[in-house]
Amino acid sequence: MNPADPGVSELKFRDPARGRALSDTLARVTTEIGRAPVSIMHVCGSHEQAIARFGLRATLPRGLNVIMGPGCPVCITDVPEVDEGVVLARMGVRVATYGDMVKVPGTSLSLADAQAEGARIDVVYSVAHAVELARSIDEPLVFFATGFETTAVATAAAILDDPPPNFFVLSAHKYIPPVMEIVAEMPDTRVEGFLAAGHAATITGWGVFEPFVERHGIPVVVAGFEPLDILGGLVRLVELVRDRRATVENMFPRCVTKEGNLRAQEALWRVFRPIGGRWRGIAHVPNGNLRLRDAFAHVDARRRFDIDMRTLWDFAPAALTSECICGDIMAGIKSPHDCALFGKACVPGSPVGACMVSSEGTCRIWHQYGGHPDLGAPAERSSGGFCAR
Amino acid sequence: MCLGVPGKVISVDGWIAVVDFWGVRKQIRLDVVDEAVEPGDYILNHVGYAIRRIPTEDIAATLALYEELLRHAAQEDDLMATDVRGEIDGAGHEPR
Amino acid sequence: MASVLDDRITLRYGAGGRAMRTLIREVLTAGLARDDGADEVGLAAMDDGAAIRVGDRWLVVTTDSHVIKPAFFPGGDIGRLAVSGTVNDLAMMGATDVLALTCAVVIEEGFAREDLVRIQRSIRDACAEAGAAIVTGDTKVMGRGEIDGIVLNTTGIALTDAVVRDCGLRAGDRLIVTGTLGDHGMAVMARRHGLELEADLRSDVAPINALIRAVLAAAPGAVVAMKDPTRGGVASALHEMAEKSGVGIVIDETALPVRAEVRAAAELLGIDPLHVANEGKAVLGVRPEAVDAVLAALRAQPLGEHAAVVGRCTADRVGAIVLDTGFGRRLVAEPEGELLPRIC
Repeated sequence: MNPADPGVSELKFRDPARGRALSDTLARVTTEIGRAPVSIMHVCGSHEQAIARFGLRATLPRGLNVIMGPGCPVCITDVPEVDEGVVLARMGVRVATYGDMVKVPGTSLSLADAQAEGARIDVVYSVAHAVELARSIDEPLVFFATGFETTAVATAAAILDDPPPNFFVLSAHKYIPPVMEIVAEMPDTRVEGFLAAGHAATITGWGVFEPFVERHGIPVVVAGFEPLDILGGLVRLVELVRDRRATVENMFPRCVTKEGNLRAQEALWRVFRPIGGRWRGIAHVPNGNLRLRDAFAHVDARRRFDIDMRTLWDFAPAALTSECICGDIMAGIKSPHDCALFGKACVPGSPVGACMVSSEGTCRIWHQYGGHPDLGAPAERSSGGFCAR
Repeated sequence: MCLGVPGKVISVDGWIAVVDFWGVRKQIRLDVVDEAVEPGDYILNHVGYAIRRIPTEDIAATLALYEELLRHAAQEDDLMATDVRGEIDGAGHEPR
Repeated sequence: MASVLDDRITLRYGAGGRAMRTLIREVLTAGLARDDGADEVGLAAMDDGAAIRVGDRWLVVTTDSHVIKPAFFPGGDIGRLAVSGTVNDLAMMGATDVLALTCAVVIEEGFAREDLVRIQRSIRDACAEAGAAIVTGDTKVMGRGEIDGIVLNTTGIALTDAVVRDCGLRAGDRLIVTGTLGDHGMAVMARRHGLELEADLRSDVAPINALIRAVLAAAPGAVVAMKDPTRGGVASALHEMAEKSGVGIVIDETALPVRAEVRAAAELLGIDPLHVANEGKAVLGVRPEAVDAVLAALRAQPLGEHAAVVGRCTADRVGAIVLDTGFGRRLVAEPEGELLPRIC
């Protein structure tokens, strides 16, 4: 294994020693701010996943509140949008979607429920896979497209690549920057800094945050997803909060530039137009939803099929949904521990809200990894460790 | 979203590249990456599409960024005290 | 936690997690368990097998049905899986000398005879490796579409002087895994979802009774709990062991033996290797003073080459599995439902 090999150096972004040093620095800088708590928000399910998976929450300083905002693309897919997919599936149309989407509850049914009743749902790893599937069958195949702008780019590329006539897209894609505005403007918000998602910024460029920073005076740091990326990003963000500097900083230069990936942007905006829409739990987000432009009506499932939502009205919504506070959780106002259902009536095996369904949902992640566990410091290494790398 | 290490391009055939991720090979599409990609390059993959060619020099640059952060923070410990702290106190910022 | 049983049985009830255990406890075994008493390890114990005292020895019996799809996967097939699974369940109870196996097959109309022959050969080879023999069976054919391909059921019986349970852990005991993790599940998942991953992902399916026999001989009385981490992976096995034993467990993530390809594939698909099935491995709870002897016995054999100590038992946080990542700590959840690739 050649240490100069970039793939190997990438491993250095997982170096525990540097990680601990950054954690210590984070604690020190947070203390220097001199008032607690300092609240910063990230808007990316993958950031929360990474934070949770590497056990970083257990090492965050007590004075620092790292809140997960509405960054789980599956969770914020609104109920009517899920229902559209469910209705299509129950109409007998074959639906392909990402694994996460299958168990998200709509008004009362998820795609998995429809599948248990006989609907055909295909789990795909990539939209390209869905296109291949469409090519291999005669009947229509609808790709239920969820995810933020990074994922929407892939859908756009697939649409532009001359898919077969039986391939359709039901777009539930979302666009993140507008929701940061909403969060920054919420009356209860305490957010003093944003950690922006590195992959989305690879597409959009970091320049897209400059107007936001100017308008709201809140710093934004773009960070990657390895433990060092996240810790480094947090350190820089907290330094900016400490120094009261409202600016955008890029801590992921290996992937993110100011302008971003123009080719991907061109594909994205050629195929999609942003419209206002509801995000689950967050009322209206102007320009937050991505829909297919008229030029691509031939691929649009909404135009090809008459999706009649009334067919779902026979099902009474689950009684517990009125107690579900996913909306507040996604807006970063409450945490899963504030929810009466969390870990009791609402668990991954029987989720009430979307936050518990998706692997990027706050509740699911906290349930899986322990949230803010008081688990103590990393222990001595046990003897005889062997890692077959 | 993918948290993977960057993948190394093994071969390119039109819009499709065979990419190696630590011994696992996948076909990745090159439709939306904004630079020409060649075997030996590293790319960032998202749902089966390359979204960035990662210049190898940038990896080292990012690592250096973190070293700098740590070095700087250590120095600041000494320089910080009077100047900036006084400023913060003076602003009468109430703890929340 | 409220036990929520749906009106219809969905796939998650077969996935080996909490839902399945609830179904077993509240529906399938309702009213069946007799008083286990001192002479039986039975239904109530829900261990890898049952043990019934016969004279001054124990008769261990276990049964499994195998429905794996695809029937042929890199590293093995349903035949090898059937024999290994049952032999290993017996071994996990401490019964490493198989007395006999049964094998029943249910075949779908249209199944290729050639495939059946291949499967039978695998069964024969696995039996030879395990030193076991099939002594009786059953054969059924069902109409096309009435069953999917082929289903195998194997039952195994063995005699042993001492039964090793899955509930004998106490604070201070160490946890050892006999080899690399996640091989089987990743190999099958890559195939099943047509994920087009080209990688050397091969199932580890193998009978490990000889390996366990060596361990038990090297450290008599010091292996206090054993479980094979099949569906639900090491996470599931540890959860059961911790819960039944009344201890907490801390795992050192950097000590987990995972092949690079398995790690990469799991990461690409957003799956935790701790949740992935293994079919040729065991998780052992070992008294601390016997760790060196157990490791030596394991590493002396090919199937135990990558054995490693991966964690220890604690008195606090009973039932929780804590993972030390090197950066911090987090909990390892019990896997629920079928593993699906994430948006990645």
